[in-house]
Amino acid sequence: MINYLYPDYEIVRDPSKCIACRVCERQCANEAHSFDEEAGCMVADSSRCVNCHRCVSLCPTRALKIVKSDHTFKQNANWTGDRITEIYKQASTGGVLLSSMGNPNAFPIYFDKILINASQVTNPSIDPLREPMETKTFLGKKTGEIRRDEKGRILPYTEPQIELSVPIMFSAMSYGSISYNAHESLARAAQELGILYNTGEGGLHEDFRQYGANTIVQVASGRFGVYKDYLEAGAAIEIKMGQGAKPGIGGHLPGTKIVGDISKTRMIPEGSDAISPAPHHDIYSIEDLRQLVFSLKEASEYKKPVIVKIAAVHNVAAIASGVARSGADIIAIDGFRGGTGAAPTRIRDNVGIPIELALASVDSRLREEGIRDNVSIVVGGSIRSSADVVKAIALGADAVYIATAALLSLGCHLCRSCQSGKCNWGIATQRPELVKRLNPDIGSQRLVNLVTAWKHEIMEMMGGMGINSIEALKGNRLMLRGIGLNEKELEILGIKHAGE
Amino acid sequence: MKRVYVNEKWCISCHLCEYNCAFANSGETSMVKALKGVTIRPRIRVEENDRVSFAVACRHCPDPICVKSCITGALSAKDGIISVDSWKCVGCYTCICACPYGAIQPDETRGVVQKCELCTRNSCGEPACVKGCPNGAIVFEEREKKQ
Amino acid sequence: MRYVIIGNSAAGIGCAEGIRKTDKDGEIILFSKEKQHTYSRPLISYWLEGKTSLEKMKYRPDHFYKKNKIVFRPSTEVVSIDPVGKTVRIQKGESVSYDKLMIASGSKPFLPPMPGIEKVKKRFSFMSLDDAVQLEKQLTPESRVLIVGAGLIGLKCAEGIRSRVGKITVVDLADRVLPSILDEKASAMIRKHLKANGIDLILSDSVASFTAKTAALKSGKEIRFDLLVTAVGVRPNTEQAAQAGLAVKKGIVTDLHMRTSDPSIYAAGDCTESQDVSSGTQRILALLPNAYMQGECAGINMAGGNSVFDKAIPMNSMGLFGLHMVTAGTYEGECYRKKTEDSYKCLYYKENVLKGFILIGDIGAAGIYTSMIREQTPLDSVDFDLLKKNPRLIAFSKDEREQKINTRFYREPVKG
Repeated sequence: MINYLYPDYEIVRDPSKCIACRVCERQCANEAHSFDEEAGCMVADSSRCVNCHRCVSLCPTRALKIVKSDHTFKQNANWTGDRITEIYKQASTGGVLLSSMGNPNAFPIYFDKILINASQVTNPSIDPLREPMETKTFLGKKTGEIRRDEKGRILPYTEPQIELSVPIMFSAMSYGSISYNAHESLARAAQELGILYNTGEGGLHEDFRQYGANTIVQVASGRFGVYKDYLEAGAAIEIKMGQGAKPGIGGHLPGTKIVGDISKTRMIPEGSDAISPAPHHDIYSIEDLRQLVFSLKEASEYKKPVIVKIAAVHNVAAIASGVARSGADIIAIDGFRGGTGAAPTRIRDNVGIPIELALASVDSRLREEGIRDNVSIVVGGSIRSSADVVKAIALGADAVYIATAALLSLGCHLCRSCQSGKCNWGIATQRPELVKRLNPDIGSQRLVNLVTAWKHEIMEMMGGMGINSIEALKGNRLMLRGIGLNEKELEILGIKHAGE
Repeated sequence: MKRVYVNEKWCISCHLCEYNCAFANSGETSMVKALKGVTIRPRIRVEENDRVSFAVACRHCPDPICVKSCITGALSAKDGIISVDSWKCVGCYTCICACPYGAIQPDETRGVVQKCELCTRNSCGEPACVKGCPNGAIVFEEREKKQ
Repeated sequence: MRYVIIGNSAAGIGCAEGIRKTDKDGEIILFSKEKQHTYSRPLISYWLEGKTSLEKMKYRPDHFYKKNKIVFRPSTEVVSIDPVGKTVRIQKGESVSYDKLMIASGSKPFLPPMPGIEKVKKRFSFMSLDDAVQLEKQLTPESRVLIVGAGLIGLKCAEGIRSRVGKITVVDLADRVLPSILDEKASAMIRKHLKANGIDLILSDSVASFTAKTAALKSGKEIRFDLLVTAVGVRPNTEQAAQAGLAVKKGIVTDLHMRTSDPSIYAAGDCTESQDVSSGTQRILALLPNAYMQGECAGINMAGGNSVFDKAIPMNSMGLFGLHMVTAGTYEGECYRKKTEDSYKCLYYKENVLKGFILIGDIGAAGIYTSMIREQTPLDSVDFDLLKKNPRLIAFSKDEREQKINTRFYREPVKG
């Protein structure tokens, strides 16, 4: 069959700089580079290139760059190159298109249409370098009543809480979808930062038990690796009902990847497909969810907060209201730009709603119903910077989940080829020779650097607003203004327009 | 004192250490100028098979058999660094025959031997192999207990 | 404490350095029959060739004796040793007492009886700098040189003077060159190489008689020459030791601490015989690295330390007209051989250990093989098939590798 496709990217080599050290060749798992013995020079096959920049980053003479191919179809505003390419791909394979990472399409990004306030004159700003500034936050049910004993003394009592030094956590990525070394990097960074990372639904490798105080263990529809010790191993338990990148869809890790420690950690036989059903087969109502929440609480002796993670979909506020009544301590909401190791392209690109709108409507709804303190709200789905964190908290979140940003700091270049299992950066792969490219000493340090940098920026922004704690920023929508948004959008977001 | 150590667990077989070594000892200021069209003669070498890879360079042994074997007195140990005086060396290669690590190489163009001198004789400052290792597989650190 | 060292080459210098590792202040007196500052004996051929200079040949820097507080007595031959009185007597009747004595008297050329040799006026041996200086004075572009002996000394001499004389003929009784360090195939390769570089080789033949400028060979051939270099072999200098009643076989007998049969007297270098780890036999290992290490070991022990030298093996590295060869150990047992146009490799192994090897041409990382012989590394603990192709540390077990790469102290592997 004729291949209708021209490579998306072209490898450009500056022959005057190339010293034929062959680092590019050795580092490319896609075998895009090779050495032409006869010609005595390096050559490249751009059709194999996924534009992950491994070769570009390691080339010692900066002889390489990757450029977007200027080859073009006779496209138009309706029949874009991407649409045409997808049709050709499906016509040649007959398959469902698969993609990785988050929704790349040009939908509005509300974070970029929201501006942050700053103090002038009447309400002085705070210099975080000189004055106390609290970034610590607690997640969990806030006790709504004061209990006293028969003598009238206050009985100290709080529901189980998660304590975070900064309102950022690493969201769920399973061992299997990412590598052992990526997990170790996340776990070690979480420990050093005083925050939490999340096992995803792949179980908890026994080597990482030591990071338990900084671990969220996830219970997903496949229930892989779930048993009593697992539930007790972490600081919190998360029930995954949905994922922003593929709401309504389950997961499928092919049997070829279920080998060795992954099979052991997931507690399924080697070579068997790990299929996570679309729904939990025991949850068809809020009442069913409540039963699972309390089963997990019972199993962990009510010592761990339970998180229920849902994808941001059309009825998210009503769903969240139900979840808040299910006994869950924390609701995690994942927006439609959230990442994934593999999802059907159509789902990823067309299902779900932006996290900013979901967050604002959930927060408003829970407040209206007087149950906001029943739960904490954690949001994820493309938190890209400390400014996004500040905006999310001001919109009503207690904390945020980051994953794509964390992977980027580990070396991910968003080549969106995770599903191939040949991640040249040692992140989304299980091939030992690729996994070892991610040294957790370096990886964890880069994660610590990222979150530390964000923390400084968050303090700067809060100080500018004259706010000295996350607690005081939370739900403080007066600190936000919209720009270029219509009435409806402003109404949902619960913010005024800039200038108002 | 600080020394070069390698950790095969993190070696990714990229061979950049070899190129950085060759460049550091070339005296050139541009890697392209130093190494283009040249068969490099690094003082560190990467050994590899399908499963394992690691770099090997001089260990700077405290009881160096190469220095003891040197017939000219060109090899000597000073401040824990074993270096070769290429003015004295006649290229007999007795040290190559003696070194248990294969860490001394012939420098055929000059008819002498060459070896890692921890970049103390070039302008690199710290060992180039360490500085250029992308994965922390070669480190320059203090490990010996003070006696 | 007074240490007396006889000999100013590798073993003597090693001894002085060994003493100073332990005893910084004891008195050291070093006697040398020769007049020069310590120099590297194997470099005399390089000097003739112009690859080194008298200055560069110094085995240790000029300040060596001073820095190490050594009383250096050049041109002073020790003529006898009195082990009872613990003195040595030097030429003019002077006696010097010692607490510990090191005999590092080296070796001397061996000259088998050759009728008429006394008629040859321009006759040289090739063992010392003086020999080389004498020979150098006589070299002319027209000289025809006859070298008797196609061993290390004879051939290095040939290489050293090749560009400075008209013709070189080398005669040896053996049927191949370098018979002590090469096997037949390797010899043949070197022989071809020597020929290509203008050396005439006459093997399986010997000089029956000399006249002033001709040598009549047993085969009937006659060779006309201007200069004669005899390099048939060497014999250890053991006379004083024998006279003093020390145990002497082929060389002075020492234990692993380099002590002779007299507890105050040590010996090292070419004048001794030692245990060859590779063959398990007592041999004279007249090699510079060995001499130094024996001397150093002795020095440490003389100063009250505890050092054992039990890793002696034959080990040679040399180049001839740009072709390098490295050899070590003993050639016995099975053999892995690989020959190409310009390289040769032969590994000898037996009873699960590497016994010896010959490398010509490609000699990179040869020390990995040498250390396997020295340490008697069990071959079933390494990937020997890989090692046959290339000497590489990756062929060792992970633990052994880790130790080699990241431990600075080269420890012996635990033998089970």
